[in-house]
Amino acid sequence: MIPAAFEYVRPTTVDEAVQAVAEGGEDVKVMAGGQSLIPVMRLRLAAPSTVVDLGRVAEMRGVRDEGDVLVIGAMTTHAEVIADPLVAQHARLIAEATETVADRQTRRRGTFGGALAHADPAGDLPAVALALDAEMVVAGPGGRRTVPARDFFVDYLTTTLDEGEVLVEIRVPKLAGQWGVRYEKFNRVAQAWSIVAVAAAVRRENGSIAEARIGLTNMGPTPLRASATEAALAGAGASPDAIAAAARSAAEGTSPSSDLNAQADYREHLAQVLTRRAVTAAAGL
Amino acid sequence: MTVTEDAATLTPQSPEKEVGKARRRKEDARLITGRTTWTDNMVLPGMLHMSVVRSHVAHGKITNVDVSAALEAPGVVAVLTGRDLADEQGSIPCAWPVTADMVNPGHPSIAVEEVNHVGEAVAVIIARSRDAAADAIELVDVDYDLLPPVLDMEQAVGGEADLCHDHIDSNTAYHFVFDAGEAGTGADTEQAFADADVVVSRRFVNQRLIPAFMEPRSVVVQPQGENFTMWSATQIPHVLRVMLAMVTGIPEHKLRVVAPDVGGGFGGKLQVNPEEVLALLIARRLGKPVKWTETRSESLMTAHHGRDQIQYIDIASDREGNVKGLRCRILADMGAYLRLITPGVPALGAFMFPGIYKFPAYRFECDGIFTNKVPTDAYRGAGRPEATFAVERIMDELAVELGMDPLELRRRNWIRAEEFPFTTVAGLEYDSGDYDAATQQALDLIGYDELREEQRRRRESGDPVQLGIGFSTFTEMCGLAPSRVLGSLSYGAGGWEAASIRMLPTGKVEVVTGSTPHGQGHETAWSQLVADQLGVPFEDVEVLHGDTAVSPRGMDTYGSRSLVVGGTAVVKAADKVIAKARKVAAHLLEANEDDLDFSGGKFTVRGTPGTALSIQEIALAVFAAHDYPEDVEPSIDADATFDPVNFSFPHGTHICAMEVDTDTGFVKIRKYACVDDVGTIVNPLIVEGQVHGGLAQGIAQALYEEAVYDADGNLTTGTFVDYLVPSAADLPHFDTGNTVHVAPGNPIGAKGVGEAGCIASTPAVVNAALDAVRHLGVQDIRMPLTPERVWRAVHQGGDGGDRAAAPTNAQAVDSAGAPGTSSQGGDL
Repeated sequence: MIPAAFEYVRPTTVDEAVQAVAEGGEDVKVMAGGQSLIPVMRLRLAAPSTVVDLGRVAEMRGVRDEGDVLVIGAMTTHAEVIADPLVAQHARLIAEATETVADRQTRRRGTFGGALAHADPAGDLPAVALALDAEMVVAGPGGRRTVPARDFFVDYLTTTLDEGEVLVEIRVPKLAGQWGVRYEKFNRVAQAWSIVAVAAAVRRENGSIAEARIGLTNMGPTPLRASATEAALAGAGASPDAIAAAARSAAEGTSPSSDLNAQADYREHLAQVLTRRAVTAAAGL
Repeated sequence: MTVTEDAATLTPQSPEKEVGKARRRKEDARLITGRTTWTDNMVLPGMLHMSVVRSHVAHGKITNVDVSAALEAPGVVAVLTGRDLADEQGSIPCAWPVTADMVNPGHPSIAVEEVNHVGEAVAVIIARSRDAAADAIELVDVDYDLLPPVLDMEQAVGGEADLCHDHIDSNTAYHFVFDAGEAGTGADTEQAFADADVVVSRRFVNQRLIPAFMEPRSVVVQPQGENFTMWSATQIPHVLRVMLAMVTGIPEHKLRVVAPDVGGGFGGKLQVNPEEVLALLIARRLGKPVKWTETRSESLMTAHHGRDQIQYIDIASDREGNVKGLRCRILADMGAYLRLITPGVPALGAFMFPGIYKFPAYRFECDGIFTNKVPTDAYRGAGRPEATFAVERIMDELAVELGMDPLELRRRNWIRAEEFPFTTVAGLEYDSGDYDAATQQALDLIGYDELREEQRRRRESGDPVQLGIGFSTFTEMCGLAPSRVLGSLSYGAGGWEAASIRMLPTGKVEVVTGSTPHGQGHETAWSQLVADQLGVPFEDVEVLHGDTAVSPRGMDTYGSRSLVVGGTAVVKAADKVIAKARKVAAHLLEANEDDLDFSGGKFTVRGTPGTALSIQEIALAVFAAHDYPEDVEPSIDADATFDPVNFSFPHGTHICAMEVDTDTGFVKIRKYACVDDVGTIVNPLIVEGQVHGGLAQGIAQALYEEAVYDADGNLTTGTFVDYLVPSAADLPHFDTGNTVHVAPGNPIGAKGVGEAGCIASTPAVVNAALDAVRHLGVQDIRMPLTPERVWRAVHQGGDGGDRAAAPTNAQAVDSAGAPGTSSQGGDL
């Protein structure tokens, strides 16, 4: 469990970080909290020649209010996200999902941006970012660009981050109106990854569901939106039957994998049950 | 010297009894904070580091091992293959040939011609640093001619099966039979089944488990001329010393084995490990200290596993539920080789399948089967959990068949309190207990009637969350073991235990025990025993253990034997100390020995108030040795060895209330209550801790843990991501209680508690889950009860089946490092 030898760089600004990545050659790896990278390096499943550690880049840490948008620094740890008053007020779904991530030690070191850039489909935060229509601010040698969450996740452990780019911060639109949220996670033991999880945000208006946003964790190589269920819920009555009917299409368009914890058909079933539960709770029923 | 006065003031007049006191464990501060020497902390001058190149294939002939690149690597001192060590490595010993014709294929510490499981050593690297040793592993190239792996026991014993070892002619190591009719302990089993009104037959699977101790295995060997000292994270320094001497030819008196503080074992460190042999051979060859510490991945893959039985169980009864016979046919997975007690584990269980019930007839047959997997061996309970699972599950199945309440069926058949001692159909003499009393207390603890009422309500309303209640009314055999009985079972050693007590001049006491702890709390419990026995303060007692130079005789720790056998040896040594001190006291007090009373650590002369001499004062007197009787030696130190005449038989009733979410298959323990009778309780805190830990492991077998191999023989559950060990967050509150029926076989009256929770809980949990969903047509669910298995059993029938061997989380980690995905620049 000893990693192969590697060079180690610890920049203190975003510019330095981008430069360090550019100078790190082909096998450079960017490290945020290291909670996924270090284990695979210890198992020698990854052996980067250079590790660029973002741990000292102060400007990438913290949460700020920019009017309609909450901006979360990529290096903000899970523990900081959970404790942040702005997140609690404007993006409670993120806090609720983050509380379920791994264990206390991991939440102390692991970061919001690291979890998104790692893009593990079993990770909890990508589906939440997708459900909230978050935007990723990315810095590279050519400057900064902003990528919507729906375009950010490309494949299994793969994002649109180009070589040399670093995820700097995440812009999360505040939910305006009467929103309820719920992260419904299904796993076998407390610290395990989700077998399936559902992130739901529901806006109610006059006894009906005006809008629902549903993100699915681990139902394919990337996080997914349960689009068919969202469509069925738009304008539907806020009743258990209507929600149950809509949730039946939660697995449409998904392509879950089979593994020791669940085969694909069981995951599809879980997506429906958990969507029903998440939406029901988010709708306040 | 004024020590005499000090000692006198230190000794209370009549000390409070220590036995029964919930003392905090005196060893815990250093164990928990790590302020102690674990084996891997050892650093010796000139020490080299060993790493092991392991087979990636489950079965194959080695055609070439190329070590040239590894030899060139920085820091590498030597690279050795099986051929280099073939002449001196001998075979890992198997101490338990359970039948006269058992086939032992031999177990090289490092493969020479062929490999028989993934993870088997094929080369070792010796380097100047641990990093260098690790780096060079991937530089060794090994070529294999692949052979088909044997992985499934039922296929392995079928016709045309591939062979695990081609130099033996089948995959069967042995066929062990215990037949009560033939042994004269019961009636004819076939006749009993022929005459029975009802026969229920089931196939149960006791899955393969991994002991998963907290401290990885670690060994350091220091050569000193012709002598060698080995430090090892082992449960069995004494047994290891004997075995290493036999395997390597190093004379026993030139070999010292030390088990320093050891971080858990659960049977997983009851072994002579290939790496221990290799480290010793290499230290001898190079003349330098050598250290090896395994990684967690190595530990899960290559340290021995446990359980892994397929059980075909038949039970016969009349219509009223009086059991008539029990017939067990077992396939027990040995893995690729026979390690220390691999074959003996199922044989030890053979006598426990009848449980607490009065079966008139009983037959047990077991085939030990070779497969291309890591060997199995002792794991917490070793044979008894398998037996308890089978009998407690089949009793529930019979109850369903008869339409009887499962507790009523048990009550009808269990041994009644007034029938102890009771000789069972397996020929064991159960010592003491009261199954009814324990059961009644457990029912009260869990609130049984309310739970049954809630279960009824949930059933009637068709609640998606159903409730079930499961029982396990178990017993187990502890206090391993009467040496003559072990002999009759062909075990290679005895079951006695040794102790010494050294009375130091200042009145302090050193207790040397042969029972080597690895987390159980021996130092505290032994101190309590000695404090009571000798009347000295608890704090004045130091317990020494684990070093064959300090504690020369011992049989170590396993099988819930330490207090029952090792503790008794301590008590007997203390009795001898008192007897020796009595002679000195009589001399110094100028009284007749027969006129002395010993109480509260003091000798007094009957009828002469005011005269007293403490045992601590006598210790100083014999140290000075100025004035002692002519006919005795100037010492009151004493040794004792205790060999029990019988096992002890803890028992208890465990009740689990389980919620099953039929929408998702998720099972959640709602309440768990158990009442255990472990005889006299020396330290209630330690007993409670042992029960809690045992429950966690037994529940883990039912719900979480399973060693899964893929079709090529790779361990799929090779990390803790996939081999799920539960934490406190996943377990319920435990309501525990005790009844106390003193064990008649030892002066302490203790029965043993190390394995009780682990043995009893597994069937209670599974029975509870089945009770929740049986009305939905579910008959069995394979362990562990993953949500998917439960969901499939409820909605699709069957027992939930095998778990998918297709792409797993572990393999997902693989692809994280695979080319093509690693260049995406993700902020990991």
